[in-house]
This record gives sequence, structure tokens and C-alpha cells, in this order.
Amino acid sequence: MSVAILSVENIERRDPVSGTVLLHPTNLQLRAGEHAVVMGPSGSGKSVLMRSLALLDAIDGGDLRFLGQPVAASGVPAYRCRVAYIAQQPGLFPGTVEDNLRFPYTLREHRQRRFDPDAVVLLLEATGRRASFLGKATRDLSGGEAELLNLLRVLQLDPTILLLDEPTSALDAAATAMVESLVGRWARRKPAEAATIWVTHDPAQARRVGNRFFRMDGSRLEELAGPPTAAEASMPGVVA
Amino acid sequence: MNASHLELPWSSLAVAAALILINGVISVVLRLGLEGKLAMAALRTIVQLLLIGQILEWVFAVERWYVVLAILSAMTLIAGRAAAGRGAVSYRGMGLDAMISVFASSWLITALGLFAVIRFDPWYQAQFAIPILGIILGNTLTGVSLGLERITEELSVRRAQVETLLCLGASRWEAFRLPAQQAVKAGIMPVINAMTVVGVVSLPGTMTGLVLAGQPPEHAIRYQIVIMFLIAAASGLGTVSAVLLVYRRTFSREHCFLYRQLEERKAED
Repeated sequence: MSVAILSVENIERRDPVSGTVLLHPTNLQLRAGEHAVVMGPSGSGKSVLMRSLALLDAIDGGDLRFLGQPVAASGVPAYRCRVAYIAQQPGLFPGTVEDNLRFPYTLREHRQRRFDPDAVVLLLEATGRRASFLGKATRDLSGGEAELLNLLRVLQLDPTILLLDEPTSALDAAATAMVESLVGRWARRKPAEAATIWVTHDPAQARRVGNRFFRMDGSRLEELAGPPTAAEASMPGVVA
Repeated sequence: MNASHLELPWSSLAVAAALILINGVISVVLRLGLEGKLAMAALRTIVQLLLIGQILEWVFAVERWYVVLAILSAMTLIAGRAAAGRGAVSYRGMGLDAMISVFASSWLITALGLFAVIRFDPWYQAQFAIPILGIILGNTLTGVSLGLERITEELSVRRAQVETLLCLGASRWEAFRLPAQQAVKAGIMPVINAMTVVGVVSLPGTMTGLVLAGQPPEHAIRYQIVIMFLIAAASGLGTVSAVLLVYRRTFSREHCFLYRQLEERKAED
């Protein structure tokens, strides 16, 4: 078996104010080609887990390693480029689609890279959109288009792991299919170094996008033997 | 110099005080419900000014550096407290940050003004030190409080954008930069506006005071120019320092945005 790209040991989170446990000690090893799906009731800690893995919130204990190495404080921005968190609400900036796509290249972390319009147009065409989409203002985008832009903005930076936090929960079937195919295409292009963790409420989607299945309940993560049933996917307290 | 017309008899003050009734009538007619607050504010104007008049007379008479220093400190404390009082969002330690910003910038610039620009000797002549620090404090307080209000609001309203930036590999400073620019602008704009219209639309206090006291306008204007720049420097410095202190509290060394620090202020009437 290949080395884990991302491995966490006993990471936990507590609310800084009340001290409530937000995430019980959690272990997870993710290797290339693995596509983990995390399901579970609302408020069970799925987003807490994803945000912890992205180091968006400081973890209160345990060990996180990327490619076998711990992440130093100064290395966090670089880590977040490799392990990219995609929030449910796409945080878009005012301006056009292209402005948003160009924006990351103004950051220090990406100063060596250049925006590649051709690569983006190719990706766009794969989703059935023309190059003119680049000139569209972000305030005029539909929910699906906003999520598409959100994904493209991350994918062009060539991440290793995608942490997808319910990216399609507000989208219709067509837009959902588009997001899934875009992620699938990206994963197939570099099978030796890509992995995903996908949070979803939809068991059918879990089967489409996952090859490892997890359930989060009461801030505890447990791995399931196979794809979850509808009940396991969202009902609290159901033992797998 | 003819100073006799400067002596305002109490009867004139009574006439002026009656003018506040105009605002009272407005409040009643438009049902603003501000009569109580208005009466209180008018009363405070009278009482506070009478009190400070008494205090100043005494301070001018004793002329001791420690008395002047005590007065300056008290003024700074009050200004620092007021600077944190605005805005819908606050955080733990906001009062302290406001105090530090107001204190550090206004004292630094006032010291510069007293020692290097105007060069009073001794510096603690109350008739110079107190009004100059007062003017600078008043304006720094505005800058700091606008800056704090704006940065806390920007950070809580734009949490998604800040986090998106972090997710795209932005450093904590890069994620903070845009809200910071907005906040510093908001804090500095009033001074820029004031400098733009000074002398054309408004004849500011220092100048007005000197002219009323019988100084030639040219002399008064030189003071005003110095004061204007001292105000600009202090309020710019205060705003930037407040915004940087917020940065220190809301972003960790690990480039995490500590949004939990920011909380909606309890609504008060």
C-alpha cells in the first residue's frame, strides 16, 4: 500500500469558550486514490472535522501529518493549497469569473505561477460552458455556476486532496452531476496523488463518489464496511 | 486689543440655552422621542463645561507638571473608553486596544508637537498642553473608533471571504489586508475631509479661538496648520494601531481566523 498522503492521529477539537467537545479523538489515514465519504446528521461534527483537516481551526490535540511530515505554523498556507477545503457557501469576490480565477495568483504562495486561461477554458468546455463565461459578473451567477467557479478556482492550483464540504447540497441534479464529473475528471487525471473527502447527506451520491465510507455521529467518526443506507446516512443514533 | 466684548454675561448664555428648545420642538413634532436625551445632553454640556472651567482655572494657577500630567491622563482615559463604544461587533480586549491606540498615538504626536514643533518652555504650561492634547485626542478618538467599528464589522460580515482567501493559500496577513484597508480608510477619511474644507467651509476651533482672543489671523492660521497636521498624524497612527491590534487578536500564528473572538454587541438603548 502507498504511504498516506494525509494522516491524523487522535486529533480533537473543543469549543474555546464553553469547552464542549466538538470532535472526539479521531484517526484517519488517506492514501492516493482514496475517496472518503463522510455522512451523518446535521451538527454531528462533519464540518468541524473538515475544517480541522484544512487547519482552518486550530486542533486542540493529536497529530496531523501531510506526506509523513507535521505542518509547521509557517507552512500552513502552503498546506492549504495542497489540502484544499471547499466550503458549502462559495466565497466569491466581486468582479467577473475571470477576476476570481486570477485572484489566487496575487497571493505570495502562488507568486511563481501564472494564470493559464487555456487550461481554464478547457476545463470550462468540459462542463459545457463557453469561454464567455469568464466575463460574467459573479453576482449574476446561479448557485451551480458559483460552485463551478469555486471548484475551478481551486482545481487550477493543482491541489492533492480536496475536502468537499457538501458542495452540492444546494444544487439541482444537473449542477450536482457537473460538480461530480469535474472532481472525478481531476481525480482520474492524477490517480497516484489525488484523494478526496466528501461530506454529503445523499446516500446515492455517496455511492457515486466514494470508495471509503464514514459516519459521523455525536462528534465521533467511525468507518463503515460499505456504502451507507439512507437511514445510516442521516438518522442520529443508528449503529452501523 | 479690545477684549471687553469677549466677556459673555450669563444673560447671553440663557438666550443661547433657549435655542436648544428648537431641537426640542423638532423632536416633539416629528415624534423622535429624543426630548429626554436632548435635555440630558444640554445639561451635560453646561455642567461638564462649567466643571472643566473651574478645574482649568485651578490648574493654570498652580502650574505643576504633575497636575498637568494627571489632567492629560484623565482626558486620555476618557477618550480611550469612548473609542471602544461604537459598532455592532466587539471582542474581548477591545477596550484595552482602543485605549492603547488612543494613548500611544495622541501622546506621541502631542509630545512631538510640544517639543519639536511649537516648542513651549516649559512643556507643561497648562494653557498649551491641555488644549492641544484635547484637540488631538478628540480627533484620534474618532479615527480609532471608526477604524475599530469598521474592521470588526468587515471581519464578521466577510468571514466567508476571509476564509476563502485562507483556503486558497493566503497568509493571515493577506487575508486581513482587504478589510484592514477599508477600516484604515474609514478612520482617516474624516481628517482628510476636514483638511480639504478647512478655511473654506469651516474655520476650526484653534484658529477661531485665537482670532476671538484678538490674535491677528495670520498668526492664528499658522497655529491651525500645525494643529491640522498633528491631528492628521495622530488619527492616522491611532487608526492603524487599532487595526493592527485587532489583527493580533483575530488571526493566530497558524494562519487561523479566530472568528469566535468577534461577537455581536448586546443591543442597548
